[in-house]
Amino acid sequence: MATEIFTLQNVGKDFSTADGEALNILGDVNLILAEGEILTLLGRSGSGKSTLLRIMAGLTQASAGSVLYRGEPILGPVPNLAMVFQSFALFPWLTVLENVELGLEARKVPKAERQKRALAAIDLIGLDGYESAYPRELSGGMRQRVGFARALVIDPDVLLMDEPFSALDVLTAETLRNDLLDLWMEGATSLKGILLVSHNIEEAILMADRIVIFASNPGRVSAEIPVRLPRPRDRQSPEFRELVEEIYAIMTARPLPRADTRREAIGLGYRLPAVSVNRLVGLMEALAEKESPDTPRISLAELAEDMHFSVDDLFPLLEALELLGFAQVAEGEVELNASGRNFVAGDLQERKTQFARHFLERVALAAHIRRVLDERPSHRAPANRFLNELEDHLSEDEAQRVLETAIAWGRYGEVLAYDDNAEVLSLENPGSDNP
Amino acid sequence: MTLLPRIAFPLPNRRDLVALPLVLALLFVLAHATRQMAVPFTLGEPLAISTQPGQLPAYALYTVLRMAAALGLSFVFTLAYATLAAKNRYAEQILVPLLDILQSIPILGYLSITVTGFLALFPHSLLGLQLAVIFAVFTSQVWNMTFALYQGLKTLPQELGEAATLYRLSAWQRFWKLELPFAMPGLLWNTMMSLSGGWFFVVAAEAVTVHGQQVAVPGIGSYIALAIENRDLPAIYWAIAVMLGVIFLYDWIIFRPFVAWADKFRMDNTSGVEAPQSWVRNFLQRTRLIRYLLRLPALLWELSIRLMPMAPAARKPPHPARQRWLDRLFALLLALVALWALQRLYTLVPREFGWGEVAHVFYLGLITGFKVFVLVALSALIWVPLGVLIGLHPAWARRAQPLAQFLAAFPANLLFPLVVVLIVRLHLNVDVWTSPLMILGSQWYLLFSVIGGATALPNDLREAARNLNLKGWLKWRRLYLPGVFPAFVTGAITASGGAWNASIVAEVVQWGPYHLTATGLGAYISQATAVGNMHAVALGVGVMALYVTAVNRFFWRRLYALAEDRIRLN
Repeated sequence: MATEIFTLQNVGKDFSTADGEALNILGDVNLILAEGEILTLLGRSGSGKSTLLRIMAGLTQASAGSVLYRGEPILGPVPNLAMVFQSFALFPWLTVLENVELGLEARKVPKAERQKRALAAIDLIGLDGYESAYPRELSGGMRQRVGFARALVIDPDVLLMDEPFSALDVLTAETLRNDLLDLWMEGATSLKGILLVSHNIEEAILMADRIVIFASNPGRVSAEIPVRLPRPRDRQSPEFRELVEEIYAIMTARPLPRADTRREAIGLGYRLPAVSVNRLVGLMEALAEKESPDTPRISLAELAEDMHFSVDDLFPLLEALELLGFAQVAEGEVELNASGRNFVAGDLQERKTQFARHFLERVALAAHIRRVLDERPSHRAPANRFLNELEDHLSEDEAQRVLETAIAWGRYGEVLAYDDNAEVLSLENPGSDNP
Repeated sequence: MTLLPRIAFPLPNRRDLVALPLVLALLFVLAHATRQMAVPFTLGEPLAISTQPGQLPAYALYTVLRMAAALGLSFVFTLAYATLAAKNRYAEQILVPLLDILQSIPILGYLSITVTGFLALFPHSLLGLQLAVIFAVFTSQVWNMTFALYQGLKTLPQELGEAATLYRLSAWQRFWKLELPFAMPGLLWNTMMSLSGGWFFVVAAEAVTVHGQQVAVPGIGSYIALAIENRDLPAIYWAIAVMLGVIFLYDWIIFRPFVAWADKFRMDNTSGVEAPQSWVRNFLQRTRLIRYLLRLPALLWELSIRLMPMAPAARKPPHPARQRWLDRLFALLLALVALWALQRLYTLVPREFGWGEVAHVFYLGLITGFKVFVLVALSALIWVPLGVLIGLHPAWARRAQPLAQFLAAFPANLLFPLVVVLIVRLHLNVDVWTSPLMILGSQWYLLFSVIGGATALPNDLREAARNLNLKGWLKWRRLYLPGVFPAFVTGAITASGGAWNASIVAEVVQWGPYHLTATGLGAYISQATAVGNMHAVALGVGVMALYVTAVNRFFWRRLYALAEDRIRLN
């Protein structure tokens, strides 16, 4: 049994809303990072995996449970720990060399040694010749290399990575991942363990020795998958594809609203996925085109690859389709139902009418807004009225996002009208067949 | 590439032959001028100021040094105040609204009060008066700068802050390496704007009337005051010429090099935008001596991080319950203080003035407010179309924008006598014709704001308008006016604030024996100052601050929010 670097037991995290109610972001997370492994936290955005990473880094505190680093509770930023950020988080007014030196300066390393070590780290990560450049002169990939050099220069014990490749283009990300893996395999660094947060399934499989799949609301570990493929890993190998399919199946096994969560969907506080109607329609058209009578179900892995969708693009769309009752998702596959096929077959006006019916029947918030507008003699209500109600269940930002989504969907279905200047919802141009 | 600084004797290059004498001369001049600061002086003693044009360079120098001293003070104050406001939540609740109010108090109004105070602090020396002038300029600059730094500290990107915490930067390192650089572009821009406004106040403050007695410190402002007293028109021309020279030098030696330097603190990670250039900065950078001197801050920095304590390893766990109690206690205390202040005001005001007087002052404020509003509207009528036309031609804009900036820095009160002479000679209506003086200095902000807005108008939109065959008024109504609206509001806020402040010197003007007085709050404050009625001054200043705050809050800020929200182009 390898030595444990991080040991997390029953970790929870609450945030309080504007009116002091606690929102559960993380619930009961148990996790171990052992020496010698790359662990990937895989989940959709908003599942709390970045929050968990920040708890482990000592940037914020858990509300419950115990977080141990090498057996000691974490009370502040862990000295031997480095982190790489999604946005790179470089200081734009410092040169590459100065950025890399920063952590050493904080540790009071004398100037001469500081520069020697910084130059060595820059050399290691392949940034030779860029020492005196400012970050804005570099491409995204080069900037993230500076991020890695800044992390490695302090000779860290563990490296935490918060979606470090997601702001890069596909090719650049691939190169950087490979370079990092090479360093890790060669043992060229002081690293004993790596924790990667990602929402990209293939990236997770390429990098990880072990994948921990995160489910949302509240964030929790839903599955753990060891990856035993030999390195370097080949995306096209059957074993790799099989693993991709398997993970899609796990990730669609329960998180989408169905029987057990239907009641939650009826509640006002349901987090409507923030997807545009245009994309929703686009996906349904694509599904209708792909399906054939003998294979009505379409594999999500395939769909994602064809449409260049990441997990974060695809899952909210699927959730919206299921919520509105246009499709079923199960076992890593999706299938349009009768209503869905009907919708795709219709012309613009028919589509709008059907969308409106499903929206009002299946989304509690929509029905509620409509009822309020119908009851009022003026058929008008300020957006704030609904926002306040939503804030009883959701954080301020989320409430705002959910209401915006509901308004956008409602406008498409001509269920309601919205005046952005006055921030007032109304029935000024309601659809013809609404209840 | 050698990275370790080699300590070797710096061999001068050709540029040093120019730079070295300049630096030495600067040191000599500074030493001379500071000796002049504290000559003996008692209230009532006339100061030996002459209108000989030969004296002007020396006077200009004193004025410049006062500006520099005020700027230094402003920086120190800004660092302390803004940092405290941003880091301590209780301090924040008091300091930020306070800043808002301090910002709207007319500087020239309380000048006489502070002069009295400083004179009492340093009797028998000119030092008190000098400090009073410096303090006046300081208050004209500092709030704006403080606001910029506070804003910067509060809007720090989360991941940058996390990186600093994670790599365990100490509070000292965090401030100098992260927070201050991040706030730098905004801070520098506001400083430059404040500095431009500062010239106006330094000129106005150098000669003031306290308890019916004129007191003055040698400088361009007192020179002008004396020239007005003597009806010496040539002397006024000389003063204007010298001031133009001073502002020109300030623009070239200070403003441009700093703006060019601050470009590296831009947050957006793109290059390619044309970086601001400064000839003076390039020259200095190539000078060996200067480069050598620039190593000093780096050495000091090394020393400081060796001396400063490291970041603590563990953070203090928060006590939510105790925090809530502290919050409640704090709110209670604030409420008590507010109640007490209201009660004092209610008993004090009638004893000193009677409510009739208060109502009269409010009425005067209404008149001045109306004038300010009309003036801003009128200057908008002139400068918005012109600004748009200039801004649509990049070549013109490049030349016009520095010119507008230059004109904004030029202290308009130097020009007052020229207008007053006209009013006196042509027997014009005082109430109407003194009004334009109020906006003479601050209208330029409107112009260069609008030019900036028009320059930023996306080319796509202009092409689309041409493609749709939009012409004439329709094109202005649908494209140009909405396009420059946010920039216009920004400029108009500055212009209106400046006009309120200027009313104190613009509503009462003088040319030798002629005293012209317009109706308005500015005139009320001016006259109360002249006769030494400090209670009336306080009332006038208070009411003006109230008006400015109210107009900002209920008019300009809403307009600004509207512009930000609806008409933003990106």
